[in-house]
Amino acid sequence: MSFLQVENLAKSYPGNDAPVFENVNLTLDKGEFVCIIGHSGCGKTTILNALAGLEVASDGNIMMDGREVIGPGLDRGVVFQSHALMPWMSVIDNVMFGVRSRWPDWSKAQIEQQATKYLEMVGLGHALHKKPSMLSGGMKQRVGIARAFAIQPKMLLLDEPFGALDALTRGTIQDELLNIVQATAQTVFMITHDVDEAILLSDRILLMSNGPRARIAEIVDVTLPRSRTRHDMHHDPRYYRIRNHLVDFLVSRSKEPKPDGETHPPVVRPGEDGPSATSPI
Amino acid sequence: MKKEHWKSLLLTALLFALFIGVWFIATQPKESAQQTAAQDEYAALMGKGAAKSGGFPPPQEIGKAIVNHLSDPFKDNGPNDKGIAIQLGHSLGRVGMGFVLAILVALPLGFTIGMSPLLYRALDPFIQVLKPISPLAWMPLALYTIKDSDLSGIFVIFICSVWPMLINTAFGVANVRRDWLNVARTLEVQPLRKALTVILPAAAPTILTGMRISMGIAWLVIVAAEMLVGGTGIGYFVWNEWNNLALPNVIFAILVIGIVGMALDRCFATLQKLVSYTE
Repeated sequence: MSFLQVENLAKSYPGNDAPVFENVNLTLDKGEFVCIIGHSGCGKTTILNALAGLEVASDGNIMMDGREVIGPGLDRGVVFQSHALMPWMSVIDNVMFGVRSRWPDWSKAQIEQQATKYLEMVGLGHALHKKPSMLSGGMKQRVGIARAFAIQPKMLLLDEPFGALDALTRGTIQDELLNIVQATAQTVFMITHDVDEAILLSDRILLMSNGPRARIAEIVDVTLPRSRTRHDMHHDPRYYRIRNHLVDFLVSRSKEPKPDGETHPPVVRPGEDGPSATSPI
Repeated sequence: MKKEHWKSLLLTALLFALFIGVWFIATQPKESAQQTAAQDEYAALMGKGAAKSGGFPPPQEIGKAIVNHLSDPFKDNGPNDKGIAIQLGHSLGRVGMGFVLAILVALPLGFTIGMSPLLYRALDPFIQVLKPISPLAWMPLALYTIKDSDLSGIFVIFICSVWPMLINTAFGVANVRRDWLNVARTLEVQPLRKALTVILPAAAPTILTGMRISMGIAWLVIVAAEMLVGGTGIGYFVWNEWNNLALPNVIFAILVIGIVGMALDRCFATLQKLVSYTE
C-alpha cells in the first residue's frame, strides 16, 4: 500500500449541482515529489487543503501512512501561497513557533537550534532577527519553506509557493527546494502553474482537467534522471517531449469531455520515444 | 523636514501670541465707565475694589491663577480648597478604575464574540442600542442602585469605555487573517496558546485603537460626571470655581483638562505604535 492513498475524493459546494471535482484517485510513495497542474478553478487548492486537513471533502477518503486524515496535523507541513508569516514575529520566531508546536518539551536552545538550522538551509542565516515586512517576497517564501521543513513532517504540501515571485528568484528557490528535498528525502505534494517548474522538481505530474467535475486526467511520469538541473535539463530531448505533452494538455486536451466511469487515470511517459510511451496501469 | 518642523513651530508660537494679544486688548478695563461716589462706596463695601473690571478676566489674571495653583498643587485645606494635583489625582483614579474594569469585561467578552459569529450576531442588537446612550444618562440609575457617588462615577466611566473596546476587540478578533489561523491549525496549536500568540497580537492594533477611543471618551465624561456627583475631582473643581465666580480658576482648569487629555492620548498612541505591525 502506498504512503498516501486518496480514494474517490469529491468536493461540491451547497447550491451547486456539479461537484468541483470528483473521483479523484491518487497515490504517493514515500520520498516522492508529485506536482499537480491544472487550470484555475479545477480544485487543486481544495485537494491540497483536504490533504492538509484544512478543508473537508464531500466524498471519498484520504489515508496517510496507514491512518485516515481527518484534520490538520503536525505530520503534514504546509507552505502557503501567501507565505502566511506572522508579521509581528521575527523570522526566527516564526520558525520557532512551528518547532515549539512540534516538540513542546524541547528547551529554548534546542528549538532555536532547529529553527536556525533550517533557516540556514534556505540561505537566511543572516536575516534571523528581521521582521517579515523587511524581507523581499522570495525571502518571505523561504521562511515559509523553512517553517514547514523544520517540523520534519511526513509529507510537505506546497500551494503554488513560487507563484508570486519573479523568474530569477523563482529559479534560485527551486534549486534550493530541490536540494533540501533530496537531502531530507521529503515526500512532497505541490501545486504549480509552471510547466518547467513541474518537470524540474517532480517524479510524477498529475494533470487535472477543467472543472466543474474536474478529475485527474493523466499521470505523467517524468523520465528524466533525478540528477537533472535547471541548467542542463533543456538539452535532454526527453525534456521537450514531456514539456510539449504538458502544454498540449493544458491548451487543448484539458477541456475534453471526460469518459464516464473512468476513475483511474492512465500513466503516460511522453519522454520515451516509441510505442511504450503509453502503458495502461 | 527639519526646517518644516521649525516653521510650523514658529507659526504655532505666533498664533498663540496673537491669540493672547487679542484677548488682552479685548479685556482692557473700560476707562469711560463713570461711577458716582455712592457707587464706589457700595463697591468697596461689597469687597470689590475700584480697579475691578467686572468683565472677562484678562490673560495676566489667568497667568496669576496658573502660578498660584502650580505653586502648591498638593495643598489640602478642606473640601473647597484642594490643590490641583489632588483634584486631578481623584479624576485620574476614577478614570483608571472604570477603564480597567472596562478592559476586564470588554477583552474576554470581545474575544468570545469575535470568535463566534453566532454570538456576534446575537449580541449585536444589544450593543447597538446600548452604545449610543450618553453615559450620564446612567447616572441616576447608578446612584440609586450603588448608593455611592464615588462608585457611581467609576461606573459611568466603565459604561462609556466598555463599548468601543468591546466592538473593536470583537472586530479585531473576527478579522484575523485566515492564513494565520490556518498556520496555527496545521501546527496543532492549543486554543489558549493560539489565542495568546496568534489572535491577540494580530488583533492588538485594533484593540488598542478601541482603548484609545475609550480613554478619550472617558476623559470627556469624567468632568461632567464629577460636576454632577461633586466632592472631588477636576470636574468638581470647575463647578466649585464657577460657583465662586472665579473665572480665572475655571479657565485654568479647562487648560489642565486639555493638557491631561492630550497626555493620555499620547500614551495610547505610543502603546499603539508598540503593538502595530506592517504586513
